[in-house]
Amino acid sequence: MTAAPALLQARSLSKSFPGVQALANVSITVASGEVHCLLGQNGAGKSTLIKVLAGAQPPDSGELLWRGELVAFKHPTAALARGIATIYQELDLIGGLSVADNIFLGHEPQSLGFSMRRTIRDEARALLDRLGCADIDAGSIVEMLSAAQQQLVSVARALSYDARLLIMDEPTAVLDRAETETLFRVIRELVAGGVAIVYISHRLDEIREIGSVVTVLKDGRSVAERLPAQSTPTSALVQLMTGRSVEYPFPPRPAPPAVDTRPKVLEVSGLSRSGAFADVSFAVRAGEIVGLAGLVGSGRSELLETIYGAARASAGSVRMGGQTLPGGSTETAVARGMGLAPEERKRQALLLDDSVFHNVSLPSLDRFARAGLIDARRELAAAAEVLGSLDVRPADPERIVRELSGGNQQKVVVARWLLRNCALLMLDEPTRGVDVGARADLYALVRALAADGIGILLVSSEIPEVLGLADRVLVLREGRVIHEAAAAELDEARVLDLIMAGQA
Amino acid sequence: MSRPIVAAAAPPPLRKRLFAAHNIGLLAAFAAIIVAGSLLSPYFLTASNVLTILTSASVIGVISVGMTFIILAGGIDLSVGAIVALAGVCATTPGAQGLGWLAMTAICTGVAALVGLLNGVLIAYGRMVPFIATLAMLVAARGLAQHISGGVPQTVNDATFNTIGSALVLGVPLPVWVFAAVVVVGWIVLNRTTFGRRTIAIGGNAEASRLAGINVARQTLVLYVISGVCAGIAGVLLTARLTSGSNDVGNLYELDAIAAVIIGGTRLSGGRGTLAGSIVGVLIFTLISNIFVLENLPSDIQSIAKGVIIVAAVLLQGRSASSK
Repeated sequence: MTAAPALLQARSLSKSFPGVQALANVSITVASGEVHCLLGQNGAGKSTLIKVLAGAQPPDSGELLWRGELVAFKHPTAALARGIATIYQELDLIGGLSVADNIFLGHEPQSLGFSMRRTIRDEARALLDRLGCADIDAGSIVEMLSAAQQQLVSVARALSYDARLLIMDEPTAVLDRAETETLFRVIRELVAGGVAIVYISHRLDEIREIGSVVTVLKDGRSVAERLPAQSTPTSALVQLMTGRSVEYPFPPRPAPPAVDTRPKVLEVSGLSRSGAFADVSFAVRAGEIVGLAGLVGSGRSELLETIYGAARASAGSVRMGGQTLPGGSTETAVARGMGLAPEERKRQALLLDDSVFHNVSLPSLDRFARAGLIDARRELAAAAEVLGSLDVRPADPERIVRELSGGNQQKVVVARWLLRNCALLMLDEPTRGVDVGARADLYALVRALAADGIGILLVSSEIPEVLGLADRVLVLREGRVIHEAAAAELDEARVLDLIMAGQA
Repeated sequence: MSRPIVAAAAPPPLRKRLFAAHNIGLLAAFAAIIVAGSLLSPYFLTASNVLTILTSASVIGVISVGMTFIILAGGIDLSVGAIVALAGVCATTPGAQGLGWLAMTAICTGVAALVGLLNGVLIAYGRMVPFIATLAMLVAARGLAQHISGGVPQTVNDATFNTIGSALVLGVPLPVWVFAAVVVVGWIVLNRTTFGRRTIAIGGNAEASRLAGINVARQTLVLYVISGVCAGIAGVLLTARLTSGSNDVGNLYELDAIAAVIIGGTRLSGGRGTLAGSIVGVLIFTLISNIFVLENLPSDIQSIAKGVIIVAAVLLQGRSASSK
């Protein structure tokens, strides 16, 4: 433990939402010049904790001390004024404004009500230079920047408030390796200058690299405080987070058939899309789980989109059940037996304000209709049956989808395709935003679906997930399949090596 | 669509599908206006005045049915008023009148459907923002109407056609029957068919609908044709009532229809709303006009009252939506 002075001290914070105790008696101390990592599963209370620290939500009980002084932030701007800045996962930049305007949004240097454009630009330039971002022009429009550059603009914005404490919620989630390095360099410089960082990440290797101390949250409680970030064994951290010693509960994988005679559900040959991926060929057999491993930006999601007809290929073909798909039509893809559980559930899959059963029946409406007229009773009964078989909770098909947990929302999306009797189910990041208990459920479900003869195409950025769940793995790098092997023949280090270096 | 959380495995009761919870305020306002009207004028609640109200509501009413579909699907159609004028003018050219009343009716709805189709192509396949595409259509269609008619009202000489606007069937004016029929068909399509369900799905989340295998472009195209056809039917009713076709009619009808749909509780961004709400919205505006006419009040005050009602209704809905 360091003897650095406490910058922020939170004592016995509690916060509950209807039906959930999000935080229970959590205490945390952050010192100047340290990177304080928060570790915990989804739903452990990390997000709620940082919202309370940032003044975005008031705690039900407990107190906050800022530099030894008792404070109660009514609003995030109150926390900002004290020097606590937060960079949330969803960057809150205004896409159409310039970098400089974004940095000073809400506290523009002004004179007689006129914003001082030259001052804003010069000060933005100075902040960007301090972050070593010579390549970002203060006059650029933010939406033209890369994800990493936007992340850095957010950091600059936080610094413009003269932040002494910077809270970062999974800042590397959308960054590639080189961009992550840049961010880490910035973090190190800030820390050397006495700024404190509260850093949330799911990636243990990052915590090892950048972290000073680790606080572990589980079920709204802090189960370990200020562990040394570098020396605490991984097994101990996983144990603390999960209460178990294995991180991923995978169902057993059936032995592969000696001669695979299962019919090919999906055949992709020579598929290319300019700027995304090139010359991709593979097949998925009935009952087989094929995993796609690759970094963000390797073309994984674009490949799924194109196979599904949500985007057009520039070359190559996609065959379902032996018939070539015309391409560019999700309607045809679905009619031929494809189903997609997309990466961003809320934006791409769900009608959040509609009922569970309406969401489930959406692609199958014709099945319940005669001359266009829906038989609502039959629709509800069929949807309820599928939902029941997946154990969706609460077991109420008329519940509004928005009110369900992430894991149950994902099951609603899967239920949608089961109701349609799809032959091929494509899962893009199926466990994102899903807690570990529900993950086990989903893994078992995917395996059971495969056992029923559905072909599964799985994309995940979590390599252990791909290796643990899939039968066969394709490694994607810069839009090309660079390796293909049975999952049992690969391990995490090998796959990481492949997707980073590309040597097969 | 705020549904109560019930475990019963039955479709929601009819009442719930007719009106969402936030429509209660709307119904209260509706009732209050009726009470006020009957207190102000003994003539207000007579059968003859009720039929007058329904007849004058029929034109905007039919347009509002189409507009409800469009707004529920997340779109907007600013061209409906101009379509009424253009369709009316096309149906009343000397050549069209020579073909008889049935052909005139067909031309009126057909032209309107074509303009709707053009809107739909621009929006669904030309990827234009509905606001812009239909705004352009508003200007162009009105211009075309003026070009065809030479800016002169075209008197309808076909007596049969003109009776569409005034004939009584079972004691009720024909336009009221047409209005009722369009509402009933619209309600069934919206609430009972795959088409209606997909319309609401697109308004709720267009990307999710597309990835669920719905042909969003085709659905959108058909929706704008429906809106055009509704405007065409309204054009027949209006032309017959006025016994002439003119490029000047139908001004700001699009705003009246949009206002009725919005105070009826349909979310402007789509995905949530009821057809019954829109109809009550239309009736509220018509009742107010009627009371002002009966009381001999100036029309400028009437416009102010309309504006106040729109603001009040939307404020109330915002309240009930956020307290949910």
